[in-house]
Amino acid sequence: MTGGHPATGSTERAAGAGAGAGAGAEAGAGAEAGAGVGVGAGAGVGAGAGAGAGVGAGVGAAPGPGSRRTRTRSLPRTLLLHLGVPVAAVAAWQVAAEAHGSVFFPPPARIVAHAYDLWFSGPARRLFLTDDAVANLLPSIGRVLAGFALAALAGIVLGLLLGRSRTAYALCDPVLQFARAVPPPALVPVSVVFFDLGTSMQLAAIVFSAVWPVLINTADGVRGVEPLRLDVAAVLRMPLAARIRLLYLPSALPRIFAGLRLSLALSLILMVFSELLPGTADGIGFQLVDAQTRSDLLTVWAVLLFLGVLGHLLNTLLLALERLVHTAP
Amino acid sequence: MTAHMLHIDHLGHRYGVGPPVLADIQLTVPDGQLVTLVGPSGCGKSTLLRCVAGLTRPAEGRVTLDGEPVDRVPDRLGVVFQDYSRSLFPWLTVRDNVSLPLRRQGLGRARRHEEAALMLEQVGLAGTGKQHPWQLSGGMQQRVALARALAARPALLLMDEPFGALDAQTREDLEDLLLRLHREGGLTVLFVTHDIDESVYVGDRVVVLAPGPGHVRADLPVELPPVRDQIATRALPEFTELRAEVGRAVRPAGTATP
Repeated sequence: MTGGHPATGSTERAAGAGAGAGAGAEAGAGAEAGAGVGVGAGAGVGAGAGAGAGVGAGVGAAPGPGSRRTRTRSLPRTLLLHLGVPVAAVAAWQVAAEAHGSVFFPPPARIVAHAYDLWFSGPARRLFLTDDAVANLLPSIGRVLAGFALAALAGIVLGLLLGRSRTAYALCDPVLQFARAVPPPALVPVSVVFFDLGTSMQLAAIVFSAVWPVLINTADGVRGVEPLRLDVAAVLRMPLAARIRLLYLPSALPRIFAGLRLSLALSLILMVFSELLPGTADGIGFQLVDAQTRSDLLTVWAVLLFLGVLGHLLNTLLLALERLVHTAP
Repeated sequence: MTAHMLHIDHLGHRYGVGPPVLADIQLTVPDGQLVTLVGPSGCGKSTLLRCVAGLTRPAEGRVTLDGEPVDRVPDRLGVVFQDYSRSLFPWLTVRDNVSLPLRRQGLGRARRHEEAALMLEQVGLAGTGKQHPWQLSGGMQQRVALARALAARPALLLMDEPFGALDAQTREDLEDLLLRLHREGGLTVLFVTHDIDESVYVGDRVVVLAPGPGHVRADLPVELPPVRDQIATRALPEFTELRAEVGRAVRPAGTATP
């Protein structure tokens, strides 16, 4: 599952997650989130357990940026390839849910309609956002973006420092291995101790978890710089700033983006998880727990749908950014 | 006394605790001379070049350039490596690659591009500045690497088997390009090769390095007309004679494996 489409969740998986949206969801989707770089519905749902496995499995793999496929396929064929399965899955879900008629598994059309009523039926001057959306969606999006940005910045800077020094890397490697082996949500109680409940704690939880994949991948990428190019830089006596900008960063870029994709997935997971904690007053995770305690299954489903769309959207933006900055073959 | 651009004095080197790779190398390159360094693989040619470039600190002896001891990468040095595709920066355009040496001089972008265009013209690549290296052929990429080395306005140009990875025709074109740049610009060049023909055709002087540990076995002046021609020069009796002499020095009788 790479970048799960919001609607690709099969009925089976969706059922597993929906049965106990609060606590039970952690176990169900965790394994899937750990398997790949997925930021889709799976990552959002598997707020609890997927995180640790995800880092471990993903750091080693450094998929090259967008492999250049020859674009020989016709447009209808391409559309069918990309949308065929999701459309069929949603249709099957719709039919099955309507036939079954359970209150726990509302048909997707009702979930979408509910999500629209809940969040996107506001006044035009506020971009159609409702009060509820402003109260819950925007803070969550703000947290995930700010947390991810901080983690990315810190990870790239520290990764550059570590990757350039053999000694520093050797010294820090055991700590890094340890830090990335700890399932990130387990660190949340630690950040609760250090920070007050609320946005600063939530940001800290996201940054402390999401920083490792970027850091480790950046350091590895910097260590993997072609030795001949280091000789060239030495012979040309390139200043350090030019070396970083023109040699280390471009060389490490594919690895950096591999790390960023993992970090983005973790940021989403930690955003939801930190909002599930008692003492939270707003956010998408808060809304999820709140709806669950009120047995408002339709809202629970709408939240899951929104998380899937958000994850997919952010991942797509990241991929677009990667294509934009990548010029070499 | 004439200016001795490069002076290598009793230079010896070994990597760690391994066997010595170079022993007691004594070599002086006067201003404006093109010296070819030829020898079988494993005779320490590249190590010697790295010591001259200041990339490797020799275990014994010393290198001086223009009277200054080389204990780090010297100013105004140009180096062309064999592996052009790994030596160029693929994420930069051709002109950004060529103007890399100018970054340290704090020149503005427009001035750098101007200078790069001039260097590209010199190596016969006018108009390719906005392309990326990987869009060019191997021979053209090595020309870009040469233009980059020239952009530093080098007092000394080091070339490590620069044409070894190119096909015969391209290699001849680049040999002639180098000869023209050397003749017109008065470049001082230390040119490492394992190709005996090339060492004679390109050089003002051929230095033969022998392995075990690397030492200078022969130092032969090349008495050929300065303007050379791939076909006519190679047909000259002086050329064939010298080539045979270099060949014998590289592979002394009895050491050749059947």
